[in-house]
Amino acid sequence: MKTASTFRELTREPRVEVTLDGEKLCLPDGANLAAALLVAGVTTFRKTPVSDTPRGPFCMMGTCFDCLVEIDGVARQACMLNVRAGLAIIRLPDAQVPNAET
Amino acid sequence: MQKPDLVIVGAGPAGMAAANQAAELGLKVCILDEQSNPGGQIYRDVDRVAPIRGDALGADYTYGTRLTDKLHHANIVHMSGATVWAIEKGFCVSYTQNGRGAQIIADHILLATGALERPMPIPGWTLPGVMTAGAGQILLKQSGVVAQNAVLVGSGPLLYLIACQMLRAGSAPKALIETQTGADTRAALRHLPRALQGWPYLVKGLKMLAAIRRAGVPRYQGTASVSITGTDHVEAVHFMHKGRTKSISCDTVFMHHGVVPNTQAARSLGIAHHWHNAQQAFVPKLDEWGHSDFAGVFIAGDSAGIGGAKTAEAYGKLTALKIAEMTGRLTVGERDRKASPIQRSLSHELAARPFLDTAYPPFNAALTPSDNTLICRCEEVTAGDIRRYTKLGCTGPNQAKAFGRAGMGPCQGRYCGLTVTTLIAKETGQSPDTTGYYRIRPPLKPVTLGEIAAMDITTDESPQ
Repeated sequence: MKTASTFRELTREPRVEVTLDGEKLCLPDGANLAAALLVAGVTTFRKTPVSDTPRGPFCMMGTCFDCLVEIDGVARQACMLNVRAGLAIIRLPDAQVPNAET
Repeated sequence: MQKPDLVIVGAGPAGMAAANQAAELGLKVCILDEQSNPGGQIYRDVDRVAPIRGDALGADYTYGTRLTDKLHHANIVHMSGATVWAIEKGFCVSYTQNGRGAQIIADHILLATGALERPMPIPGWTLPGVMTAGAGQILLKQSGVVAQNAVLVGSGPLLYLIACQMLRAGSAPKALIETQTGADTRAALRHLPRALQGWPYLVKGLKMLAAIRRAGVPRYQGTASVSITGTDHVEAVHFMHKGRTKSISCDTVFMHHGVVPNTQAARSLGIAHHWHNAQQAFVPKLDEWGHSDFAGVFIAGDSAGIGGAKTAEAYGKLTALKIAEMTGRLTVGERDRKASPIQRSLSHELAARPFLDTAYPPFNAALTPSDNTLICRCEEVTAGDIRRYTKLGCTGPNQAKAFGRAGMGPCQGRYCGLTVTTLIAKETGQSPDTTGYYRIRPPLKPVTLGEIAAMDITTDESPQ
């Protein structure tokens, strides 16, 4: 997969294999998943349910929900997860993003 | 676990200081924190990171280990990776940890949930590659990841701090596009005499500005009409500077114009809040000890009103002293004797704040954005939509939900609430207090049915 990234790691950590939309990707083991995907050159984490426009990490602290990805069938915040070997990450294409009815 | 005397939500400076003070006075404390390591955002992951990147991040960051060290107290249970999603009367706190729901009961609750970046809705702020300055710092702190070809936009000392941290990490930002004006600086001068009592903060600021100048990073001050463009990703920032239009190409934008209290948990309990004009945000109504109008619920740190890390630490300790007195561990006299040096330190910590707040006000164009600017990131509602709802009779944020779903997406209004209140207040001519804010209800964070089904309910009330 594309690896050109505008983000740079200060120290290179050992990699493990994960998949993003079925494609193999090597990310630093145990790293923050959102940070690891940014370093891997991933910019679009999901598309919005309203206008299908791309979004990526915005707050990195679990409050904006722009970095939602699907893991094991559940929409999760990538910035609140750690990389582990075999993680299957799916980018949300549509209205599967949970809505909080308040 | 044994029923604690105090449950603290959040392991940042306020939560950690309160835990330590309470534990030393004999209270059993449980801290629930959603991050995997203590520190909050300001000292994020400091135990692991201080030895490897402490030099680039600076002494104000590595100081955090002094607070994390004190969590290893026999009276403190620190639950990491624990996301609180409901707090109910009693108090019963529901949270998820390791994929399982759980509940904990306590007589006293301290909400130390910190701050959020003030929403900065300008055209293009939802593009991938546009992040908060706080996010830029978190990337650097926790992950050792630095943005190259980045531009910093907005106002406030945090922009200088992240610029300096990026310089030390070997990736100078391309430019600082600053929205504060010369008039703001002049207006701030009347607060300078008091700010001099907090001179260490001013010296740090001057040092940061000197480092940015030495590195040759251009600073554009008093900028207006700031917008961000790109197709699938940020490509450039455009702005007016000294009457001319400028554009700077970049791959990342870190934006910031202050932080605001994270009030979600407090609001879910119905705690009264009021509009703080200087901070342009809602803050909870509290007494001098951080006690809210909901008996037993305390709030300390930035979630009680923005004061910064050292102030948060002081208020955390004061809260713990009050709870120790309420539970009979301290007499009123002992409480006050322990509190007085902390209260004295607060006046020094807060001395520079009026100066800084006036010199670096929020970017006005992002408080009341242009009509076609998205203000609700989740449901993609524009400022013009909110104005239109108001003309149709919408009088407050909760009605705005019914008109067009603003605040009903996954972030639950965290990044549009203040903008919606401000826009409606401006249109109706009512105060922000009268206009009000979203009603916040649990779950405060998403929880799956599986996590609830896995819940081990072992409260006193549960049937045997």
